[in-house]
Amino acid sequence: MRYLGLFAAAFTALALAPGARAEELTVVSWGGAYQKAQTEIYFEPFVKATGVKLVQDSWDGGIGILRSKVEAGSPAWDVVQVESEELQVGCEEGVFEKLDWARIGGKDAYLPSAVSPCGVGAILYNFVLAYDADKINDGPKTWADFFNTAKWPGKRALRKGPKTNLEIALMADGVPASQVYKTLATPAGVDRAFAALDRIKPQLVWWEAGAQPPQLLASGEVAMASAYNGRIAAANKANQRHFQMVWTGSLYTLDSWVILKGSKNTDAAYKFLAFAGEAQNQAKLPPLIPYGVTSKQAGSLIPAALLQELPTSPQHLDESLHIDDAFWTENIDRLNQRFNAWVGK
Amino acid sequence: MTRPAEPLSARLARRVNTVIAILTLVFLAAPVLAIVPLSFSAGSFLTYPLPGLSLRWYSDFLSSPLWTRALGTSLLLGAGTTLAATTLGTLAALGLANSRLRLRGVLMALIVSPMIVPVVVLAVGMTFVFSAAGLTNSLLGLLLAHTTLAVPFVVITVTATLSGFDPGLLRAAASLGAPPLAAFRRVVLPLIAPGLLSGAVFAFATSFDEVVLALFLSGPAQMTLPKQMFLSLRETISPTLLAAAVLMTLVSTSLLLAIELLRRRSARLRGGER
Amino acid sequence: MAADATTALRRRLMRAERRARWRAFALVAPLLGFLAFTFAVPLASMLWRAVADPELGAALPRTAALLRAWNGAGMPSDTVFAAATEELARAAQDKAAGLLAKRLNYEEPGYRTLILKTANRLSPPFAQGPRAAMEAIDPRWGERAIWLAMRRAAAPVTGFYLLAALDLQQGEQGVVAVPAERAIFRIVLGRTLGIAAATTAACLALGFPVALLLARAPPRRAGLLMLLVLLPFWTPLLVRIAAWIVLLQEHGVINDTLTGLGLTGQPLPLLYSRSAVLIAMTHVLLPYMILPLYSVMRSIPPVYLRAAASLGAPPFAAFRRVFLPQCLPGIAAGSLLVFILAIGYYITPALVGGAADQMISSQIAFYTIGTANWGMAAALSAVLLAATLILYAAYARLAGIGVLRLG
Repeated sequence: MRYLGLFAAAFTALALAPGARAEELTVVSWGGAYQKAQTEIYFEPFVKATGVKLVQDSWDGGIGILRSKVEAGSPAWDVVQVESEELQVGCEEGVFEKLDWARIGGKDAYLPSAVSPCGVGAILYNFVLAYDADKINDGPKTWADFFNTAKWPGKRALRKGPKTNLEIALMADGVPASQVYKTLATPAGVDRAFAALDRIKPQLVWWEAGAQPPQLLASGEVAMASAYNGRIAAANKANQRHFQMVWTGSLYTLDSWVILKGSKNTDAAYKFLAFAGEAQNQAKLPPLIPYGVTSKQAGSLIPAALLQELPTSPQHLDESLHIDDAFWTENIDRLNQRFNAWVGK
Repeated sequence: MTRPAEPLSARLARRVNTVIAILTLVFLAAPVLAIVPLSFSAGSFLTYPLPGLSLRWYSDFLSSPLWTRALGTSLLLGAGTTLAATTLGTLAALGLANSRLRLRGVLMALIVSPMIVPVVVLAVGMTFVFSAAGLTNSLLGLLLAHTTLAVPFVVITVTATLSGFDPGLLRAAASLGAPPLAAFRRVVLPLIAPGLLSGAVFAFATSFDEVVLALFLSGPAQMTLPKQMFLSLRETISPTLLAAAVLMTLVSTSLLLAIELLRRRSARLRGGER
Repeated sequence: MAADATTALRRRLMRAERRARWRAFALVAPLLGFLAFTFAVPLASMLWRAVADPELGAALPRTAALLRAWNGAGMPSDTVFAAATEELARAAQDKAAGLLAKRLNYEEPGYRTLILKTANRLSPPFAQGPRAAMEAIDPRWGERAIWLAMRRAAAPVTGFYLLAALDLQQGEQGVVAVPAERAIFRIVLGRTLGIAAATTAACLALGFPVALLLARAPPRRAGLLMLLVLLPFWTPLLVRIAAWIVLLQEHGVINDTLTGLGLTGQPLPLLYSRSAVLIAMTHVLLPYMILPLYSVMRSIPPVYLRAAASLGAPPFAAFRRVFLPQCLPGIAAGSLLVFILAIGYYITPALVGGAADQMISSQIAFYTIGTANWGMAAALSAVLLAATLILYAAYARLAGIGVLRLG
């Protein structure tokens, strides 16, 4: 009995301890191979350089999650890497802190597209069509092939959510890339995209984490997947896979770092963003995982051969469709609702 | 007494029943037994035949800070829940055992109701209240939540051991000059010990296996073992996860054995036939 | 004298009685206080949130009051426009505008941007008057629809979320169904009940023979077999789900065995399907069926059956007429228990089911942690809670409380 009191005291001390520690920065990214690379070149060196205690978490996106974190009071997350429409919507709604650019090197240090009131660009990347060349010889070349389950049997993996999938569905349905957003702006265009997805719905597997598509391809669970270009390249390198990427009609976009409103660690957060924005730190990312980076100076520090592989190479930019942030900022809630109802039926 | 010979149809029906029952028992036990050898595989594919045996996934588990931190959090949380639930639950059971207490039925129903309410519903309510009270993303909040789920088990098991309790014993102790606390320790505690201990075991198991409240209420700094398993299972299933699963099973089956032994012991103490 | 002594004694006895009662209550009180905070208040706050509608009143209090007074015919008066412009422009600075925008977006997707855009661009003074200023920012302010939506959101309580939980909404002429492309909850509710019913049936079909075998086995063997039932019961839920994933996945144990034996050419798509959900849920819930069945069967003296047989009843008839009726309380209790637990399931379908196999709890989780629509989460929770309590009342009449989960 006497020990019980002692134990209770010890537990209380331990349980309350995390709240008492002030400088503990929680950084949230996209998990898997990408976050592993970030850990190696940003998180661990940052902890070594500054002594700030850093806790990692990973997520799969969704402005709703950020809203609920912020509305629930003091958020457990401080710095989060978000997609571009999440950046816009969250900034308007006051989910993110407005950035003080002077503390992270000034706006001029970054590519123009990476600069916005609430976020600093982190990476430039593509959603590509990926398949395993060891299993498919005569591979797909377009999204229309992705939808052709007669010629290429097997399941297909797409990211759970309307963004990217409605574009993909329209391109597969014969809409030229340049007309995709014009079509989606009309109710008939949205209906057309959902109708196209409906045709292969029984064959669809939904992924949420970026680590899933390479695993689904490797295990043979699916024949083709939409995937982040970097994850596919990383899987090829790490596990000696022969996954192929189709860049034609791939979707080009950018992720940004934000600081959640109400974060108690804004000082540490700014220190981290400054560290992750430095050209020589950013230049270490593409060799590990081929994503484009946002510091103007980083380009000159990356080998020319590697630059060709990145989503930012002129050749790849030419083949890809730039995701329309304005469209998704305006429509994400409505289409999320419709998508969720559609997918759950 | 000899029974009349069973007709053929009855014997057949009995056989069929036995076969279905045995197949069902296999269905119950086989999946968990099937993953135990896989966790000792030397390869990384989760299928048979095994390429060889090794402990590499266990050493992987033990050398991964992600998993060991989760294990530590779960053990700490389980211990805290056990302590809180056992204390609160035993006191309440002692009070409820007193026939003079009014509204006993209502109070009992109230106390066990966390078992009935779907845990997701409870999690929603707790999210509202705990986030207003600043208890989300803290181990303390999770401790309160787990204790709420665990406490009915303690009340029920302790009440069960008290049902045969003769309050005359306490009066006898008092009349012999024993102070109330001593009477409690010498007379009541030994009697309720089996119920108290099985309640404690149930409380620990409840917390150690709980994932919904952890998903709703805790942050990345309070990663528990079940939550870590849930999050990894959503992406992929790895041999390391199976090693974690086997270790978790080991903990909970030892708890089952403990309960079983306690039950037998208390049955012996009370001279019951079971 | 004697009467006095009796009264005094009675008084003392009553005082002692009262003290004992208070002492007993004092022992229960800490737990009651604890559960009040961690259980009663959360459930009450959940029920309140299902009908609460605070956002408009918090962001635009005066506008809300004026809209409540408006009868909804034609366009609102210029007083309303004046209050709305003034309060919206002020609200742009704080969090309340964001919450209001989110709330109105539930009425009609697109209103979120309308509110935020207007709040950010309005800057007094308004040369052409407040109404013209708002219409200049977005012509939708000149239409009735947005004002009707705001009027619906102006009352402190709303049926909006509870209606939405049943795919209904308040139209101009009364309650109507939501557009088909947005309807989902009735489908999910039906699916939840369907999966729970199928799981209950499967548990009964498999659990009955096991309980019978256990009840008829000699005690020692029954104890041993019971361990086989209890072992999975005590195995952590996530371990059991992990086991099923290993067994069912594309190149899992079952598929590899089937293809290895040449029974199927292609691996079967077992995981992330309805059947995976049913298999795993049956596995998890089966002990909850077996335990009550077993305890009822054990209490039926075998003498009855023998008596029936000795009276010349054929064995099936004896079983059906004598044994089965006595099992009915166990069957009913076990089935209700399994059904109650099944309708609240979240983790199992989330991990082994596909997108179209998710149950009501998954929607509740999504609206709580996936997106901050707490009103919707609360309304769906209220529906699930109501269903559970109705079933539980039936269960309590059959089995009494306290048996749950302990077997």
